[in-house]
Amino acid sequence: MTVTAHGPLPATPYDVTVVGAGVVGSAVARELARHPELRVALVEAQDDVGQGTSKANTAILHTGFDAVPGSLEARLVREGARLLAAYAAESGIPVEPVGALLVAWDEEQHAALPGLLEKAERNHYRDARLVGPAELYAREPDLGPGALGALHVPGESIICPWTTTLAYATQAVRAGADLHLNCRVERASRQDGAHVLRTTRGTLRTRLLVNAAGLHADTLDRALGHDDFTVTPRRGQLLVFDKLARSLVRHILLPVPTALGKGVLVAPTVYGTVLLGPTAEDLDDKRDTGSTAEGLALLREKGGRVLPALLDEEVTAVYAGLRAATEQDDYRITAHPEEGYVTVGGIRSTGLTASLAIASYVTDLLPGLGPTRELEPVRMPNLGEAFPRPYQRPELIAADPEYGTLVCHCERVSRGEIRDALAATIPPAGLDGLRRRTRARAGRCQGFYCGAAVRALFEETRRASAVGEPFEEARP
Amino acid sequence: MTDVREVDVLVVGAGPAGLAAAARLAAAGVGRVEVLDRERQAGGVPRHCAHGGFGTWSRPLTGPAYARRLVAAAERAGAVVRTGVTALDWAGPLALHTVGPHGPETIAARAVVLATGARERPRTARLVPGTRPAGVYTTGELQQAVHLYGQRVGARAVVVGAEDVSYAAADTVRAAGARVVAMVTDLPRAQTAPARALDSRLRHGAVLLTGTTVADLLGHGRLSGVRVRHRDGRTAVLPCDTVVFTGDFVPDHELARRGGLTLDAGTRGPAVDGSLHTSRPGVYAVGSVLHAVESAATAAREGAHVARTVLDTLAGAERPAGVPLVVDPPLRWIAPNRVTPADGLPYVLRTTAFLSRAVAEVTQDGRPLHRERLGAAVPNRTLGLTARWTSRVDPGGGPVRVGLTGR
Ligand SMILES: Cc1cc2nc3c(=O)[nH]c(=O)nc-3n(C[C@H](O)[C@H](O)[C@H](O)COP(=O)(O)OP(=O)(O)OC[C@H]3O[C@@H](n4cnc5c(N)ncnc54)[C@H](O)[C@@H]3O)c2cc1C
Ligand SMILES: Cc1cc2nc3c(=O)[nH]c(=O)nc-3n(C[C@H](O)[C@H](O)[C@H](O)COP(=O)(O)OP(=O)(O)OC[C@H]3O[C@@H](n4cnc5c(N)ncnc54)[C@H](O)[C@@H]3O)c2cc1C
Repeated sequence: MTVTAHGPLPATPYDVTVVGAGVVGSAVARELARHPELRVALVEAQDDVGQGTSKANTAILHTGFDAVPGSLEARLVREGARLLAAYAAESGIPVEPVGALLVAWDEEQHAALPGLLEKAERNHYRDARLVGPAELYAREPDLGPGALGALHVPGESIICPWTTTLAYATQAVRAGADLHLNCRVERASRQDGAHVLRTTRGTLRTRLLVNAAGLHADTLDRALGHDDFTVTPRRGQLLVFDKLARSLVRHILLPVPTALGKGVLVAPTVYGTVLLGPTAEDLDDKRDTGSTAEGLALLREKGGRVLPALLDEEVTAVYAGLRAATEQDDYRITAHPEEGYVTVGGIRSTGLTASLAIASYVTDLLPGLGPTRELEPVRMPNLGEAFPRPYQRPELIAADPEYGTLVCHCERVSRGEIRDALAATIPPAGLDGLRRRTRARAGRCQGFYCGAAVRALFEETRRASAVGEPFEEARP
Repeated sequence: MTDVREVDVLVVGAGPAGLAAAARLAAAGVGRVEVLDRERQAGGVPRHCAHGGFGTWSRPLTGPAYARRLVAAAERAGAVVRTGVTALDWAGPLALHTVGPHGPETIAARAVVLATGARERPRTARLVPGTRPAGVYTTGELQQAVHLYGQRVGARAVVVGAEDVSYAAADTVRAAGARVVAMVTDLPRAQTAPARALDSRLRHGAVLLTGTTVADLLGHGRLSGVRVRHRDGRTAVLPCDTVVFTGDFVPDHELARRGGLTLDAGTRGPAVDGSLHTSRPGVYAVGSVLHAVESAATAAREGAHVARTVLDTLAGAERPAGVPLVVDPPLRWIAPNRVTPADGLPYVLRTTAFLSRAVAEVTQDGRPLHRERLGAAVPNRTLGLTARWTSRVDPGGGPVRVGLTGR
């Protein structure tokens, strides 16, 4: 079990290296770890897994009902949804099958619903149906006035994206894959039939290579001599409303899609908060994950129409994610068998859902991986409100009072959970990583009450482990 | 299922308000008075206000010293103060689910006093755009980081706000060895004593930018600056690695809301009358949860005041209905915000406008009840109104209105 964050990389060549520890790269590494004969590396430019697009999305486990029928994306989303739902149940990743309502607010939108129902069927999704205004308002009593009807898609679910990425990467590492953080691949070449990757932490050699670099997949692709596509970052800004707003919404409330994209949704999260977003803005800067006054004003305007009471609630987070859009409306997964190289590009707005299906599709494109085995299941800490959290489990507190000692009050995070996260297979590199693993500091006070205490716990552990190898697993 | 334990009075929150209430009740001989606090130490916000401004004129104290005295007084009187215990939700009209290191517990009481305090709105709730770097604080987090944990903050800070708490934040920044490069307020001038504003500017070199808002936070990883926008549209970037969002307080009303208690639209705390009854019989509210942040003395005064109400109720007194008490602009809110003719607790009010000689006018159904000179009105500072007029209120009439005039 190896996780490194600094120092030189191992000199022995790897069989397969995956570049990018987002949800996609981590899923691929996990799939590769099922092959006991392979030496697998997962390399990530940032200091933690899931720090790219995978941390900032709308966290929906899609059915694929509205995909482009016949596309690779449609197929992998459909398969991925099934695989991830099963994996989530096994690993303790919170999922809630709340269902979605595509709400029509004018005649034109209303007229588009039957076509969407038909499209869902072409995507092999047969549970969708049209509902009239009476049923719609019975299902969503706080919906703004004037809705004409909706398409009900009961299979759409909400999921925890952070736990998902972390579960894949944890399982891969526990099965023997090496995770190298702070390790940006800057140049790539081929020598004696192997890839030579120049990284910020030195040279890494590998027989096979998977490019899952998200927004930078095109750059890495070019470094390897391919010029197949260009990634345009399409920013989505989002607002998260306080837990006290959760009772206002029961389903994922989607607008009827237009030519410009899927539009702004209102959805519950598995953490018991409410999401409003995302916007869709094409940018040139792949680092521009900032929010803007115009973006936030637009969201409030749209959200106020869907759920007027939402605007009175406190906002607990504002964030933005960048979709990896390309010139084509589909995934750009390309194998170059003679080079032992696969590009996983253009995983735009459904990559979380499709991740496990993408992983299995990608490994099928790689030659000579050898026999497979079942992996030891992982059990992740639960961040979801629909399942008992540690503070709600008397037996756990009786065994260890630290689970009854709350540190972050708004999100009810115990000292025990923070301690566990800091000692986990892949420990957080900073307070943001700790937040994604525990929800500490994610609530309405944003640290007014708990910020300093959480930071103290983090720094204590950091100091204690600084004497040894900081990111090596201490316990078996 | 957890067993239900019974106490006489359960106080949620061991800040000045809750501790003062518990001390009075225990001293008056009420059987079991229990105060819960989710923090590891009792005392509430004053624990981390490592500066003077507490206590009395004759016995000025720092926040931590004041907090210790309140805890000691409550315990001496016989109240049980339990820390590390969180009240999670209601288990009945007068019962709460709690959790702590000893596990879950349900506590039922004959009376429940909510004293859950308030917090500052963080950057997110204020919808300040930009990146999400480290180095963004509220005063509460900053004070705890510096005074309770001795943590480092950055080297150059911008303080958002120019009211008393903003100047306290600036002092904490300096105590941590950092510099305040600017204070920023969207209002036309500081909302603190002129001497304090002058001192901060002249002696400590903290520029005060008025009519200015924070438009954008900059920097990846660590904050690198804030973009500010002046009312006339000009923008500028202030390089800094720390920004403190001060003021803009909101009550911690989670329990009040979960219990379905009626809230006041202005304060966002539970609606109470001058005896501090909430809309639910047997449940009372005191301190910052009613009016997000007044002086600790006001909170403690309300704690003492509610003890009398609780004692009367335990002795069988009826809760009077009262009528709503509402404000007209430029007032933002008033607390208490219901009124009965017997009420005697002074009122606190907040305004949005600067007025040099403010006069409050109280009316009911167009009938004048009272007129009072309040002195200078300054946004984010307390205005006080006496309760000398409440006996004139018609309990069967319409809402009582408070207006503010002046120049
Ligand atoms: C606003 C928004 C909403 C969305 N909503 C949903 C949704 O509801 N459901 C859903 O299924 N999907 C959704 N998505 C899509 C989903 O988030 C993405 O498809 C998915 O996260 C992509 O994962 P990834 O691993 O390809 O990319 P990333 O998470 O970006 O991972 C790529 C990683 O590669 C690393 N990297 C890049 N270059 C290098 C290099 N040279 N060397 C080393 N490492 C490198 C990066 O640091 C990064 O960590 C949404 C996306 C957005 C933006
Ligand atoms: C930064 C700052 C500086 C200040 N400076 C001054 C000053 O110089 N002078 C002055 O007079 N006043 C000052 N004040 C105001 C003063 O601190 C408050 O008026 C006073 O603390 C209010 O007392 P309280 O008891 O209502 O609330 P708090 O002191 O806020 O106490 C509330 C308590 O309730 C607990 N609690 C909340 N919910 C639960 C729950 N569900 N379960 C268990 N426990 C719970 C909290 O942990 C907290 O300890 C300042 C306030 C702030 C925020």
